[in-house]
Amino acid sequence: MDVQVPLIEVRNLVKHFGSVIALSGVSLSVHRGEVICLLGDNGAGKSTLIKTLAGVHKPTSGEFLVEGRPVFFNSPRDALDAGIATVYQDLAMIPLMSVTRNFFMGREPVKGVWPFRHVDFDHCDAVTREEMHKIGIDVRDPHQAVGTLSGGERQCVAIARAVYFGAKVLILDEPTSALGVAQTSMVLKYIHQVRQKGLGVIFITHNVRHAYAVGDRFTVLNRGKTLGTYAKSEIAIDELQNLMAGGKELQAVSEELGGMV
Amino acid sequence: MVNTTQPTADLTTAPAVKQIQDERLKEVSLLTKIMRRPELGALAGLILVTIFFLSTADSSMFSLAGVMNILSPAAQLGILAIAAALLMIGGEFDLSIGSMVAFTGLVFGSFITLTGWPLLLAIAATFVVAAVLGGLNGQIVIRTRLPSFIVTLAFLFILRGLSLVGLKWATGGSTQMRGIGAAANEDWVREIFSGNALEGLFAWLAANDLIAKFPNGTPTVTGVPVSILWFIGFALLATWVLLRTRAGNWIFAAGGDANAARNSGVPVDRVKTGLFMLTACAAALVAILTVLDAGSTDARRGFQKEFEAIIAAVIGGCLLTGGYGSAIGAFFGAIIFGMVSIGLTYTRFDSDWFQVFLGAMLLLAVLFNNFIRRKVTGER
Repeated sequence: MDVQVPLIEVRNLVKHFGSVIALSGVSLSVHRGEVICLLGDNGAGKSTLIKTLAGVHKPTSGEFLVEGRPVFFNSPRDALDAGIATVYQDLAMIPLMSVTRNFFMGREPVKGVWPFRHVDFDHCDAVTREEMHKIGIDVRDPHQAVGTLSGGERQCVAIARAVYFGAKVLILDEPTSALGVAQTSMVLKYIHQVRQKGLGVIFITHNVRHAYAVGDRFTVLNRGKTLGTYAKSEIAIDELQNLMAGGKELQAVSEELGGMV
Repeated sequence: MVNTTQPTADLTTAPAVKQIQDERLKEVSLLTKIMRRPELGALAGLILVTIFFLSTADSSMFSLAGVMNILSPAAQLGILAIAAALLMIGGEFDLSIGSMVAFTGLVFGSFITLTGWPLLLAIAATFVVAAVLGGLNGQIVIRTRLPSFIVTLAFLFILRGLSLVGLKWATGGSTQMRGIGAAANEDWVREIFSGNALEGLFAWLAANDLIAKFPNGTPTVTGVPVSILWFIGFALLATWVLLRTRAGNWIFAAGGDANAARNSGVPVDRVKTGLFMLTACAAALVAILTVLDAGSTDARRGFQKEFEAIIAAVIGGCLLTGGYGSAIGAFFGAIIFGMVSIGLTYTRFDSDWFQVFLGAMLLLAVLFNNFIRRKVTGER
């Protein structure tokens, strides 16, 4: 377990969809206990990149290493088994189902011998309550439907689920984009907590402030390519913003509006 | 604006935040817990209907014989309704259930009369045919991504037509196939699929004056029709699977949001195909039970049962959009059905009111379910 070997590393990742070039040479790495922010405007290839990391898409070419070993995922299940958990923007949560049922969805612990094999829901309820408690959400009734939780709470449940099931790398797809201020800080705080546990986090966002609040390093994508990767000490928040939006244009608009963007 | 040390500092204040949320969440009352049960509407409906008939119908309706009269049609419908409910929770419809009853009835009758197979083999083979057809339904829905509504509507007509053509072919021109009862051998297998059960118990109850009996000492009701036991057994099994097993959680997940379920590692396609096979097998079970009891089968068997089954499932709390519902609710829904269809003959009302009642009940159930869902799941 060498700390220097990245949990995930991709080099020159290329992905074509027919004649469309979605990714044309992206490089990225995540280490233990590190939050790497993936920034980029719409259409930069963020979604394609994370879906490739999550096993949804297969790369056209390029290297994909998990803990130093080359991997090839056939399905999201393979990625999960390799310890890469993705929390999608649409959450992969089912509003009509209870918190417990959502928490253990697809990975229900069973007990008993075959014809009588059943899910140990008492255990599940206890685990759910405890895991929620750890992140500061007090679920009094784990049977309540996920639809009754706030957006931030749902996001935290989704992250807690990934962490509980042994994720080594957490990919968060715009977890704060639909949230209010208080809920955003709840999620950012939790991301920080996850980092302290030694997990690697890939945090996708197009909000530079959210990124700067928790990120250790920033990788900026533009038109399917990496513009560069910067440590927090190397770059100021304004520079990052300009880099992400393609620089000059935004600066011009900003001046026009009196520096408000 | 951006304070990078803030998260660490905030960790210590987390308990304070929790206290506030604590108070807001304490409102989970007993009422909410009861309302969260999807079968609540069906149970309330059953109680209302029972009260209605207790006050208007002849008292013989609720005698032991009367209850058996109600439960027999309820059982046949209920077996279909419970399977339909599981499929609806899984997010799909099967409109071919009724035609499937006719078709598997023909298949079963043919195995008995034309091939002369023993009963056990004929029953097993019928279930295999049903499972294959159900699996075909499921695979078409999954692979084409067409709505199951339209795919199974096609099968409603295909199977009904095949039943007619097949019956004429097998019988030489008739749409009814007779002599199945006589051709089927009498053994323990037949005891399981036809006639009455628990006859010893009923004889004992009669001997001890616990139930009504004829002057010669035999009970007026000699036993429970086996279809009722199948109905109850299936309801219990389906409820257990749905609420206590991994497969049950997958059914809810597949119907709630297939994409989210897939992303979480639920084998959605397998679950759905399995459910289509289950509804087809439930139709085959009803076909076998009714064909053995009647001794014959005909092309109209199971006519419009698909609608009745779906109505019973909806009355039982299933949402048309999937992901929510209960098997025990469909059980109650089917009993409401049986009670009203049989019960009206015990009253002074014209029994043709049945259909009016049916439509009204469906509408009420849908409105009620929607209201409850919004209330309970916090959907706004």
